[in-house]
Amino acid sequence: MGILEVKDVSKRFGGLRALSDVNLSIAEGALHAIIGPNGAGKSTLLNVLVGKLLPDTGSVTFAGQSVLGRQPHQINQMGIARVFQTPEIFGALTVLENVLIPCFAKRDGAYRLHALEAVRDETAINAQAEAMLVDVNMQDKRHMLAGSLSRGDKRRLEMAMCLVQEPRLLLLDEPTAGMARADTNNTIDLLKQIKATRPVTMVIIEHDMHVVFSLAERITVMAQGTPLVEDIPARIKGNPKVQEAYLGTAHA
Amino acid sequence: MFRLDRQDAGLLVFVAVITLFAPILLNPFAEGSAMAQFNAGYPDLMQRFVIFAIFAIGFNILFGLTGYLSFGHAAFLGIGSYSAVWMFKLLSMNVIPAVLFSVIVAGVFSLVIGYVCLRRSGIYFSILTLAFAQMSFSLAYSVLTPITNGETGLQLSLSDPRVLDGKTTTGALPETNLFGVAMNDTLSVEALGRVWQFSAGYYFCAVLMLIAFYISIRIFRSPFGMMLRAVKSNQQRMRFTGLNTRPYALAAFVISGMYAGLAGGLMAAMDPLAGADRMQWTASGEVVLMTILGGAGTLLGPILGSGFIKYFENIFSKINDTILHQWFAFLPDGLENFVVAVIYPFVGKGWLLTLGMLFMLVVIFLPGGLIEGAQRLRKLFARTPTGAADRRAPASKPAE
Repeated sequence: MGILEVKDVSKRFGGLRALSDVNLSIAEGALHAIIGPNGAGKSTLLNVLVGKLLPDTGSVTFAGQSVLGRQPHQINQMGIARVFQTPEIFGALTVLENVLIPCFAKRDGAYRLHALEAVRDETAINAQAEAMLVDVNMQDKRHMLAGSLSRGDKRRLEMAMCLVQEPRLLLLDEPTAGMARADTNNTIDLLKQIKATRPVTMVIIEHDMHVVFSLAERITVMAQGTPLVEDIPARIKGNPKVQEAYLGTAHA
Repeated sequence: MFRLDRQDAGLLVFVAVITLFAPILLNPFAEGSAMAQFNAGYPDLMQRFVIFAIFAIGFNILFGLTGYLSFGHAAFLGIGSYSAVWMFKLLSMNVIPAVLFSVIVAGVFSLVIGYVCLRRSGIYFSILTLAFAQMSFSLAYSVLTPITNGETGLQLSLSDPRVLDGKTTTGALPETNLFGVAMNDTLSVEALGRVWQFSAGYYFCAVLMLIAFYISIRIFRSPFGMMLRAVKSNQQRMRFTGLNTRPYALAAFVISGMYAGLAGGLMAAMDPLAGADRMQWTASGEVVLMTILGGAGTLLGPILGSGFIKYFENIFSKINDTILHQWFAFLPDGLENFVVAVIYPFVGKGWLLTLGMLFMLVVIFLPGGLIEGAQRLRKLFARTPTGAADRRAPASKPAE
C-alpha cells in the first residue's frame, strides 16, 4: 500500500476523456516520474491530486485519507506540497518573507490572527527560514524581492517554500519547463540533494527525458488518459509500448 | 519603544510631534496678513485632517496590504456617524460611548458586507462594495428614515431621553464632551505676539489618530500583515501553502471598516449630526484618492494623502476671483483679466479640476504616491553625502 493511492479515476471534459480508469500507487519515499506525450492527461491527474479538479469516478487517498472534495489549502495541510510549471512565489515580498510564510502556515495549521505580534520577534521561525535558505544556497539573496530573481532562482525558492513545510509528498509539475540547460542541471542537482537528505516522497511530471532518466526511481508512462506502463527507468527505455505512444504506430 | 523597531518608533514620534503641534505649525501667517487665508490651523479643518487620516489609515490596511479595492467604505463612515448620534440621543453626550459604539456597529456591518463581497476579487469585488454602499445610501434616504431621519439628517433634539445625563439638559441643546470637557472648547494662549488656539476636540481626535496609526504600524509588521501582503501578491501560492485566503482578507476588511466607523463616530462627536451624503460614492472615492495619492501600502502615505487633499480642498476652494484680481493687480488690465480667466476654473468651486490633474500626474509619474516622490528626492540629495561617507569609511577602519 503506497502513500498515495489513485483508484479507477476518470474525468471527462464534455466529450473528451481526459482520464480513464487511472490506477496508480506511489510508494512512500519514492521519486516517481509520470511521463507521456501532450494530452496524455498528466496535468489533469495532477490537478485531481491537489484538489483543483474533482474526478467523475474513482478515489484518491493520501496516507489512508481521501483527498477528494477538499480545498487546496486543506490538501496542503494533509502534507502535500506542489511546485508549479511556472514558479508560483510571492513576487512582491522578499526572499526571506517568501520562506517565512510557509513556516507560519505550518505552525498555525488553520487560520490564526497574529495581528499585533512582530515577525522579527519570532526567533524560532526566523531561524527555521534562514536555515532553509542556506540549504538551497540562497542566503545571500534573502532581502531581494522574489519577483526580481532569475527563473532558476525562482524555482529554487519555490522548492524551498515547499520543503520548509516538511511535506510528506512533493508534487512537481514540469519543474524544468522553459529553463536553460545550466538551470535545468542545477534543478536536477537540487532535486537529487533533496532526495538524499529528506524523507519526502516526490512525484514529478516531466516532458524532458534527460531530467526524468537522471532522477526517477520509477516511471509511469501515460497515454490517452491512462497509464500504459510502470517500471524502473532502465526497462522503460526499451519498452515497445512506450515507443509506440511517443512516436506513433508507424515506427513501432 | 512600544515594541516597535527604531525606524518605526521614529516615524510614530515624527507623526506625534507634527499632530500635537499642528495648531502652531499650520498657522504660520499672522492674523490679518494677506497670507492668513492659507493658515489651516483652525479647529474645524484640523479635525478633518486627523479624522480623514484615520479613515485613510484603515482603508490602507485593506487596499494597501491585500490589494482589495473597496469602493464602498464611506458606508461604514456613515454608519459610524449614525451610531454615534444615536448614542448621543439615547445614552449620554460623552463621546467615549458614542465612539466605541460606532466602531462596533461599523465592525458588524463590515463583517456582513465583507463576507458577501469577498467571495469575488478584483473588479467584481469593487463593484459589489460599491453596490452595497449605494444601497446603504438609498436606504438611509428612504426606508430607514425612522432611524436616519432621511434628507434632514439625524440631529439632537431637546426631547431626547439621554438616559445618563438627560436631566441636566436645560433650554439649549447640550454639547458633546469628554467627561465634562466640551469638544468645542478652545484654549487660547498668547505668545510671540499672537493668539494660539488649542481645540479640545482636535486633541481628542489627534490622540485617537495616533493610536490608530500605532496599531496600523503593528499590523504592518506582524505575521498577519505579512500574510495580507502575500494575499495581494499571489493567492494561488497562499492556498497551496495551506492558507485559506478569505479569513485574512475578511479580517483586513473588518479592521478597515472599524477604522472607517471610528472616523465617522468622530465626525459626529465633533458636530453631532449625521446625514446620508456621508455614505455617497464620492466619499468612498475620496478615501481611495487619498490613499493612492499618498502612497498605498506605505505607513505614512494615507496620512500624507488625506492631509494633502483636505488642505488643498480648503485653500484652493477659498480663492475666488476677487482674490485673484488682487494678486494680479500689478499687471496691465487686459492681461490681468486674461490671467485671472485662465486660473479661475482651477480654483474656488473648480478646485476638483486641480485635484484631478494632480492625481493624474501622481499616478503617471509617481505610482508609489507622494511617499515615492519624497524617497526620490531624498535619494537625489543623499547621493553625494553617502558617496562621501563611503569613501571615508575605509580610512576610519584602522582607528578601531
